Amino acid sequence: MKKTTKNIIYIALLLLIFALSYVVDIIAPYSMLVTVLRKGAVYALVAVSMNLLNGFTGLFSLGQAGFMLLGAYTYAIFTIPTAVRESVYYYYEGGIINFQMNMILAMLLAGVVAAIFAYLIGLPVLKLKSDYLAIATLGFAEIVRALAQWDGFGKITNGSNLLKKFPVLDNTTQYFLIVAICIAVIAMLIHSTYGRAFKAIRDDEIAAQAMGINLARHEQLSFVISAFFAGIGGALLAIFQTTVQANAFKSAMTYEILLIVVIGGIGSITGSILGSFLFIACSEWWLRFLDEPMFIGTFQVPLLRTGFRMVVFSVIIMIVVLFFRRGIMGDKEFSLDRIAKLFRKKAKGDKK
Amino acid sequence: MKRIIALALACLMVLACFAGCGSKKADDVIYIGIYEPASGDNGAGGKQETLGIQYANTLVNTVTLGGKEYKIELVEVDNQSSTDKAISAASQLVSKGCSIVLGSYGSGVSIAAADTFANAKIPAIGCSCTNPAVTDGNEYYYRICYLDPFQGTVLANYAFEEKGETAYVLAQLGDDYSVGLATSFQSAYEALGGKVVYETFPEGTSDFTAYITSAKNAGADVMFAPTSTTSASLIISQAASNGAEYALMAGDTWESSVILDAAKGTNLDVSVSTFFDENDDTAAGKEFVTGFKAWLNANPDKLTNNGGNDIVAAVSALGFDGYMTAVEAIKAADSADSQAVADALGGVVYTGVTGEIKFDEIGDAVRNLAYIKTVDTVNGAFVFGKIQTIAD
Amino acid sequence: MDFIAKYLPYLLAGISVGGQYALIAIGYTMVYGILRLINFAHADIFMVAGFIMVYASASMPIYLSIPLVIVLTVVLGFVVERVAYKPLRSAPRMSVMISAIGVSYLLQNTAWYVTGGLAKVYPTIPWISDTVTFMGCTTKRVTFITPVLTILLVVILVLLIKYTKIGIAMRAVSKDFETSQLMGIKINTVISMTFIIGSFLAAVGSLLYFSNYATVTPTIGAMPGLKAFVAAVFGGIGSIPGAVIGAFIIGICENFIKAAGLTTFSDAFTFALLIVVLIVKPNGIFGESTSEKV
Repeated sequence: MKKTTKNIIYIALLLLIFALSYVVDIIAPYSMLVTVLRKGAVYALVAVSMNLLNGFTGLFSLGQAGFMLLGAYTYAIFTIPTAVRESVYYYYEGGIINFQMNMILAMLLAGVVAAIFAYLIGLPVLKLKSDYLAIATLGFAEIVRALAQWDGFGKITNGSNLLKKFPVLDNTTQYFLIVAICIAVIAMLIHSTYGRAFKAIRDDEIAAQAMGINLARHEQLSFVISAFFAGIGGALLAIFQTTVQANAFKSAMTYEILLIVVIGGIGSITGSILGSFLFIACSEWWLRFLDEPMFIGTFQVPLLRTGFRMVVFSVIIMIVVLFFRRGIMGDKEFSLDRIAKLFRKKAKGDKK
Repeated sequence: MKRIIALALACLMVLACFAGCGSKKADDVIYIGIYEPASGDNGAGGKQETLGIQYANTLVNTVTLGGKEYKIELVEVDNQSSTDKAISAASQLVSKGCSIVLGSYGSGVSIAAADTFANAKIPAIGCSCTNPAVTDGNEYYYRICYLDPFQGTVLANYAFEEKGETAYVLAQLGDDYSVGLATSFQSAYEALGGKVVYETFPEGTSDFTAYITSAKNAGADVMFAPTSTTSASLIISQAASNGAEYALMAGDTWESSVILDAAKGTNLDVSVSTFFDENDDTAAGKEFVTGFKAWLNANPDKLTNNGGNDIVAAVSALGFDGYMTAVEAIKAADSADSQAVADALGGVVYTGVTGEIKFDEIGDAVRNLAYIKTVDTVNGAFVFGKIQTIAD
Repeated sequence: MDFIAKYLPYLLAGISVGGQYALIAIGYTMVYGILRLINFAHADIFMVAGFIMVYASASMPIYLSIPLVIVLTVVLGFVVERVAYKPLRSAPRMSVMISAIGVSYLLQNTAWYVTGGLAKVYPTIPWISDTVTFMGCTTKRVTFITPVLTILLVVILVLLIKYTKIGIAMRAVSKDFETSQLMGIKINTVISMTFIIGSFLAAVGSLLYFSNYATVTPTIGAMPGLKAFVAAVFGGIGSIPGAVIGAFIIGICENFIKAAGLTTFSDAFTFALLIVVLIVKPNGIFGESTSEKV
């Protein structure tokens, strides 16, 4: 296939996806599909940002929930309209912030705040290797969560109480657009010289260093950029939920995102995106029927009751982790060439 | 081998996809959503509230709109007592096309889902969520119970008059019900001239001994701990084994058989405030209590959901009233359309088992009395203490 | 006297909870010593042990259900290793860790399903749950039993590792995985044994922990698990005495922070300590050279 035709097909696919996201809002505005698409998009961004770190740079970090919390809180705090601050900061006399920021600016700020924290925590923590880094970042996320709940910051963070009434996006296309732009930036970064340096570090630190790659600087860079997009992802999650509370950002959230990355394939951007939509669709929608008692004639199917969905779901995840360690995409990306090859193979097979 | 597993997984996905899309709404059915916790910290209470709603549904399960009879079906979701699961549970109800939603036990989850319901233009009736923020600034959320500032004042008055002048207040971080009621109690108690020591504990705490000791060291006469029943049973048993000499008090959540089980056989002084008393002598109240008990005893699994006994919890009565109010609203709207129901709901006046329900302009029912009950630790039962009201 | 009456309860609670953390921490530290794996599922095995006791005691007397809990927990630990970790022996360390997270997810969701997501009340074990009074402060007898039992078990364990054949094999494997394999040590037996000992101690820990704090929920393992893990890192991961001392320090500090009225920070403190230790002295307070490594 020629490069131009390929590009045209890619752009057409992208436009199709956006058109679909637009149509869904009109046809079925309150359906589960909309929920899955929106939440899936948010998780896709966070999963890609984690993949940048874990999959492309080989830094095993478990601090994603902490950065998301920072992003979500930053966004919420600066965009709550001044008129309703009194009622949101009910226990703290309206808080101390008396202005409202533009949504897009606040989202960027959310990323910046997460990135600044990442820079500061990265200074000491990035000296650690593999699982020590993982637990240090996990610990960091827990500390952030505890601080966000502290009464002393109540005038800013509303203590441990919900933040709400901030402006939200009202159609799925907007979610897709923001997420697509962010992921495109990450993809461009990965294809730049920086990205190649990241991969070199992942594959062999010593060899990378010998080639003149500044290890500390590149790890720092990857960590900060990942946190920046996790922060924006956090802001989007807050927007999706319409309310935000520090309580939700537990280590379990990081684990979920990590599982998405694994299912999609460590080191594949399109894998993370696919993995995220599949994960959300399964856990929120497709497997729901397992939670309700089912009758075939008068025979009641055994085992089906609340919670069975999650058991089946976790068994599926274990199967993927144990037997399909490379996930859906491995470390390959979605490409027309591969699909074309697949079809050609099949065609050949049929002839035989 | 791998291929077979992959194939099986793919088949499961396809199957699930069909099952997910398969359900379609019937023409002559109205859905009422039950947005309650069936698991998590507030699961026990949420189940009791759901029981009240289900019982009401067995009594009134059809409604005639514009000459056509509709069947009322309940759609239950479990919000797992957690604000981050709340959105997905709420959007499930929205996607089912519910005309009106009832719930939830626990204010935090109600606040978290309030905007989801409002955006879908579906009205909701809070049965037992007492935090003011649930209905404040949301024209689709209504409530039939009293509010925290009222309950906090009632409890503070009682504590100050009967127990003493120093209180140790313990609330759960991040739980809007707990923090809300604790704050209301604190301000009312301090206004009376009492001394308050305020502490919070993080979610998932199981070691309360430090708090119990701190309360003792603060010279507290009463510990006020409006928490979920899960934390409550830990607090009670640890207070007993650490020899706490002060009284324990809490709000409506503690009116639960979980508390009775924990406090039985100890020598603690436990009292709670609540919405309804089982020995209520109004005709409607009596009828509800006898009917509800008979229904529970006829259904073993319902009895289990009630905690294994047939004690009528106040939240069940509120669930019952919530359902009846919802039906009244649907009748008044003469339509199953959620926006029409929302428009009609504000004007509904209904006299239920917990008294008259009439909404003010915020959407809160006007309530001015609370029942104080104490725990009989020998027999493991609640004893009616007094009816407490506050002068305006 | 007044001072003692005021602060003794915090100290007692700290020592008791520290002992329980210690029993969990040993499981982490031993597995890490041999497999270099943070066994995230360990905390959930502790939780499952709690639920087994709840269900077992409902249908049989206490003296039967306690051994049953221990046996079933050990079997669970063994099975988890065989099913989820053994197939990944040659895979990168990250895959094994992800598998551990998967197991933890599975165990929590299964527990949620079985219990319906509701908190269960732990049965009262006679004698150890009795209330006693000591120097003017009232507490449960288990508070005093925990540290004694913990130290006793640790001493036995250290002796076992020092003098028995399997113990020597464990030490060899933790020093050099491949060489010991070449020397004829049955790696799988050693690893299984590690998981069996870890699960046994977690079961004992759960008996003591839930006798004190008598409510079991599907996510109850998470916090004690994380803290036990921090204790293991604090004491120098791989070192058993280090983990035990780390656990006691964390348990006591935590209770005194609560006593000072800084409850929001009692968890944050533990993790701040973790990061500081990792940065300043990654081998833990009781660094490798001075103590036994399993």
